[in-house]
Amino acid sequence: MEKFLSVTGMACPIATANVDTDVIMPKQFLKGIDRSGLARGLFHDLRFTESGEPRGDFILNRPATRDSRFLVVGPNFGCGSSREHAVWGMLQYGIRAIIGTSFAGIFADNAANNGLLLVALSPKDVVALFEAVGSEGREIRVDLEAQTIVAGGLSIAFPIEADRRNALLDGLDRIGGTLRHAEKIRAFEQDYLQANPWLGERIEA
Amino acid sequence: MASALTLYDKIIDKHRVMSLGDGAQGPGERLLLYIDRTVLNEYTSPQAFSSLREAKRKAWRPQAALGVVDHVNSTAPNRTNAVEDPGAQGQIDYFARNGRDFGIEMFDVLSPQQGIEHVVLPELGWVLPGMVIAAGDSHTTTYGAFGVVGFGIGTSDIEHLLATQTLPYTRLKRMRARFEGPLSIGVTAKDLIMALIREIGADGAAGHALEFAGEAIDALEVEGRMTICNMAVECGARVALMAPDEKVFAHIAGRQRSPSAALLEQARQAWAGLGTDEGAVFEREVVIQAAQIAPMVSWGTSPDQAGTIEDSVPDPQAVAANKQADTARALAYMGLEPGTLLSDIRIDRAFIGSCTNARLSDLRDAARVLCGRRVAPWVRAMISPGSSTVRREAEAEGLDRVFLEAGFEWRQSGCSMCLAMNDDMLAPGERCASSTNRNFEGRQGTGGRTHLMSPAMVAAAAVAGHLTDVRALELLEA
Repeated sequence: MEKFLSVTGMACPIATANVDTDVIMPKQFLKGIDRSGLARGLFHDLRFTESGEPRGDFILNRPATRDSRFLVVGPNFGCGSSREHAVWGMLQYGIRAIIGTSFAGIFADNAANNGLLLVALSPKDVVALFEAVGSEGREIRVDLEAQTIVAGGLSIAFPIEADRRNALLDGLDRIGGTLRHAEKIRAFEQDYLQANPWLGERIEA
Repeated sequence: MASALTLYDKIIDKHRVMSLGDGAQGPGERLLLYIDRTVLNEYTSPQAFSSLREAKRKAWRPQAALGVVDHVNSTAPNRTNAVEDPGAQGQIDYFARNGRDFGIEMFDVLSPQQGIEHVVLPELGWVLPGMVIAAGDSHTTTYGAFGVVGFGIGTSDIEHLLATQTLPYTRLKRMRARFEGPLSIGVTAKDLIMALIREIGADGAAGHALEFAGEAIDALEVEGRMTICNMAVECGARVALMAPDEKVFAHIAGRQRSPSAALLEQARQAWAGLGTDEGAVFEREVVIQAAQIAPMVSWGTSPDQAGTIEDSVPDPQAVAANKQADTARALAYMGLEPGTLLSDIRIDRAFIGSCTNARLSDLRDAARVLCGRRVAPWVRAMISPGSSTVRREAEAEGLDRVFLEAGFEWRQSGCSMCLAMNDDMLAPGERCASSTNRNFEGRQGTGGRTHLMSPAMVAAAAVAGHLTDVRALELLEA
C-alpha cells in the first residue's frame, strides 16, 4: 500500500450520480487471477469505442485531464458489484483520491484497504469544489496530514476516521495487525461455539 | 444504554470479539467482528488466495468456507468443466487448486450442488438465524431473510476473513422499512423491493442496516423474502434483515447440511429471541402501503429509475432539477423517448435467472404465465435456474417442458446474463426483459439495455413481445 501524505495533481470532474462498479471496471477485465492490467479497464466502455479507439467526448481522454490524480464525483459513487478490481484499476491508472458527497459501502472499504483515499464532503463543499474545478478540471492539492483540499483560493477541511487515516499515512499490514489478537479471537471462538453448538457441527456432507 | 435493541445490534453484539476504537457504542463504533461463514466464487477470490500464499498464511477455519463456481461458467445444456475463454478457465482451475491447498470444499461446474452462491447456501441448510456471513459478492445481503447479518466484501477483506475469521467493522446506522397491509394479487416480492428502491433512491439506505417488517413481509414465503433482502443492496443497504419466524425454521429443517434435529431444537430456543425489541431506535423509518404497489419495471440505468407498468417514460425536463441530467443520460442510453408508455416498449430478449429471482417459486410463477402460450417470434428467451438443484426440482415437476414448449431455452445454472461474465450476453442495442437486479449500462453486455421486473412479468413480456402487465394476461386465462 502506497502511503498518502500530501498529493498535488489534476482533478477531473465526473458529476453523474450512482456511478457503478460495472461502469468503472467492466466485466471483460474481471477474468484474471492477479491484479494486473486494470488501468486499461478503468471506465473502459466510456473511454474507448468498440474498435478500441479513445472516445474524444469522455473527459479522461482530454489532454488536460488524461493524467488526473483526483476525481470529483457525484453521490453514491462506486455502487453495485463488490469487485475490488474497480479500486485496483483506479490506482493503476494513477488516481490517488476521489472526492464526493457519498460512496457505496463496499467500494469505500475496498478503497481503504488499498490506500485509495475517499473524501466525503458536505453537498455544499462539493458544489464549491465542482465550481473551482470547472468542466475542464484543474490542479488541486489534497493534504491528508492537514486534512485539507486546496483548489486555487478555495480551501476545504475534511473529516476521516482516525484508523483509516493512520493506515493511509503508515501503509499498515491489516492482517498482521489483527493476528496480533489471535489469542483473543481463539478464546472468543471457543466460548462462542460452545454456547451455540449447532454452529460447531462438522459441516462437510 | 437503552435496553431495547434492534435485531441488527443483537447479532453484532454476539459477534464482537473486541473494540477497535475508543469504546464508544452505537453507529460508527469500530470493532473486530467474528464471521460465522463465507462463500467463495471463482472471480473475486483468486487474488485473496495468492496473497495468503505470499504471506505464508493459512485459512483460520477452512470448514467455515465453501466455494462454488458460478460467475464465469457456461450455462449450455451440455456443458463440461472446460470453457473456451482462457481467462475464465484459469479462474476455474485456480479456484479448484485453492480449495485443495487451503482445505476448503469447492463445488465445480459439474457438481450436483453447483449453482449461484446465494441460492446454494440456503438450499444446503447452511444459513442459520443469528449468523454473520460476509462474502465476496454484493448480494450477500440475501441471507437477511433468515435473520442473518450478511454483507458483501472485496477481495482484500476475503483474504482478511480467511486468515483471521474476523473483519474490522464499523457498526451501521439502523433503518426500518415497514410494508403495511396485504399485497395485491399479481404483485410479488420483486415489486415490493423495486417500489422501495424507487421511493428512497439508489442510496436511500446507504450506511444503514435495513430491517424489513410489516404484514406484507410476514405473509411472504422465505424465497420471496430472499428476493427482497437480495436487492436491498440496490438502495445502498449494507445489511438487510428480517426477523426469523416459523417459516424460516421450517425452511432450514432437514436440509443436507442443517443441524441435526436435536441441535436444531436447542437452536430454535435461542432463535426465538431474534427480533427487534419494542421501542428500539431506528435512525430512519419508512412506511409503504403494500396494497398500493403494482407490478414494477425499470426504464433507466439505475435500479431507482423505475415505475409501475402503468407509467410512462419520464420527461427529463419534468423531474427534479438535480436528476435532469442523469435522466436524460439514461434515456439516451436506453433509446427511449419521454412519454412512451412502458407497456409499449418492445423487447428482443427475455431472461429469467440470477440470485434475485431464479429459485423454484420464481420458476413456478413464470411457468404459470407461460403454460399454453408461446414466446413472440422476435424474442429470444432464456431461463437459467438458480442452482442445479433447482433445475432438477423443476424438471421433476415438469416445468422444463412448459418452458421449452413456450419457446424458452432451458439452460444450466450460473450467474449467466445477470452480469454476462460468461458467453450469455446481449448484443449492443438489444433490449431485455430481465428478472435480475441491475440495469446498469453494459451490465448484460456492452450497449445492452436492461428492464428489471419479476419473473412473471418477464414471462408476460416474452409472450407479448413488449413490456406488459402480467395481471392482464392472467385475467385472459381465467
